[in-house]
Amino acid sequence: MNGVQFLIDVLSLGSAYALMALGLVIVYGILRLVNFAYGELIMVGGYTMFLVGGSGLPWLAMALCAIVMAVVFGILTDYVAFRPVREKSVTAVLITSFAFSTLLQNAALLFISPRPRTVPLPAIFSQTVEIAGVITPMRNLITIAVAVVFLGLFTWLMRATVLGIAMRAAATHFTMARMLGVPANLIISTAFAISGLIAGIVSLLWIGRIGTVVPAIGLEPLLIAFIATVIGGMRSLPGAVLGGFLLALIDTSLNYSLPQDLLKFRDAFTFSLVILILLWRPEGLVKGPASGQRT
Amino acid sequence: MLEVQDLDVRYGAVQAVRGISLHVGEGELVTLLGANGAGKSSTLMTIAGARPAAAGRICLSGEDVTAASPERMVRLGVATVPETRDVFPDLTVSENLRLGAFIHRRDAAGVAERLDGLLGRFPILAERAGQAAGTLSGGEQQMLVIARALMSRPKVLLLDEPSLGLAPVIVDRVFEMIQGLKADGLTILLVEQNARKGLAVADRAYVMRLGRIEAEGTADEIAAAPELRALYLGADA
Repeated sequence: MNGVQFLIDVLSLGSAYALMALGLVIVYGILRLVNFAYGELIMVGGYTMFLVGGSGLPWLAMALCAIVMAVVFGILTDYVAFRPVREKSVTAVLITSFAFSTLLQNAALLFISPRPRTVPLPAIFSQTVEIAGVITPMRNLITIAVAVVFLGLFTWLMRATVLGIAMRAAATHFTMARMLGVPANLIISTAFAISGLIAGIVSLLWIGRIGTVVPAIGLEPLLIAFIATVIGGMRSLPGAVLGGFLLALIDTSLNYSLPQDLLKFRDAFTFSLVILILLWRPEGLVKGPASGQRT
Repeated sequence: MLEVQDLDVRYGAVQAVRGISLHVGEGELVTLLGANGAGKSSTLMTIAGARPAAAGRICLSGEDVTAASPERMVRLGVATVPETRDVFPDLTVSENLRLGAFIHRRDAAGVAERLDGLLGRFPILAERAGQAAGTLSGGEQQMLVIARALMSRPKVLLLDEPSLGLAPVIVDRVFEMIQGLKADGLTILLVEQNARKGLAVADRAYVMRLGRIEAEGTADEIAAAPELRALYLGADA
């Protein structure tokens, strides 16, 4: 075991987890509803990469297409699964978001293939670099860099722009924000667009690790995002990021310390630790803003 | 300017407001009095668009706004200060104020000018501009929510129990400020349990009981009618 390698592993995995969690919690914070179709936004990003793979475009242009499609489908989630039933009941939205998730997965099964499809990756993703005597894949460092840049930019936008301030306000008290003239639909659509943007970025980084996309690719990121936000505090954006890094720390530590034949039960150990954390801090590590009315 | 006709408000099976009608003229300060649970806040929140009207009509300058969303009411010039005194506790004082000008966000210069003007009027908020709003005292938070509502440059201000839970000396300051706003020509509908204070600043008053309007008249008439005191004075008597 090497300290530098451990650190890079935790930070790169944590960066991916933190982004996944942030994309889920941005919608949850405002609607108090988990978007179960979130994983499919990552899938959409992946299949877009596959579909534009043969086009001969430069990789960055293809990546941009993937992100744009994820944003489009994010906003579509709002229009198809949330907006028509939002005012009616929580159960209805839960079911429509499941339905939209299943619909997208089945569309991928039907129109593309149940088998893994290769996505184009730039050469740099498979290169390695030596840092302090440790050989590390470049994609891990790219993941860290992307997360740092994105989180920095995101934090700045949420503080410096009126729309960002409105998003934060709406997460605390949605009705009060509306009584100041902040349109509900604008805030909700923006949240879904940001969720899609993050899903698009995650799809590039996540699928970059395996190089292929399958219809159920979004399931694991959704689960990771969900657990990370539960640990970090469902209603706090910094909490989601913290939860992502903590979950990565747990996963990586177990990877390093568990003996070979126990490694396949790693998730059982992870979840046991998550339960312990929740027994200690049932509301998650970071408490959200004081008032928590559903809208 | 603001006209409410035969308004009903329901919470499931409970009817909080039963067919009330009231009007507020331009530049007028009208107070809506009544004991706890009389339906005053429900009326106000329904006018603000934050609750649906079960029946009846709400008109603003002749336009029917019964079904308008809260954000649309703000764009039409109606700003609301709910009784829950909802500052956004994690946002700074200046962020709270900037949010109040959300509908004017494309007019950065106008917003900055308005902000300067209000900070001049509320020096305590200028001092605390960079502080999280949750750290303010109750009186300061009340100043903040009123200032925040004014950031939208409203024509009509709906104020719900601005004196609730404040020390008497702070209540006096809040009411001085309300008089100042009236002097500036703002149309105000003020919901109050503190009837004496409300009647002291108002032009006209309505007294509500169990969802109905029991009496209406000029503030002096209502204040002079001893038989009404039991209706609105409640714990304050």
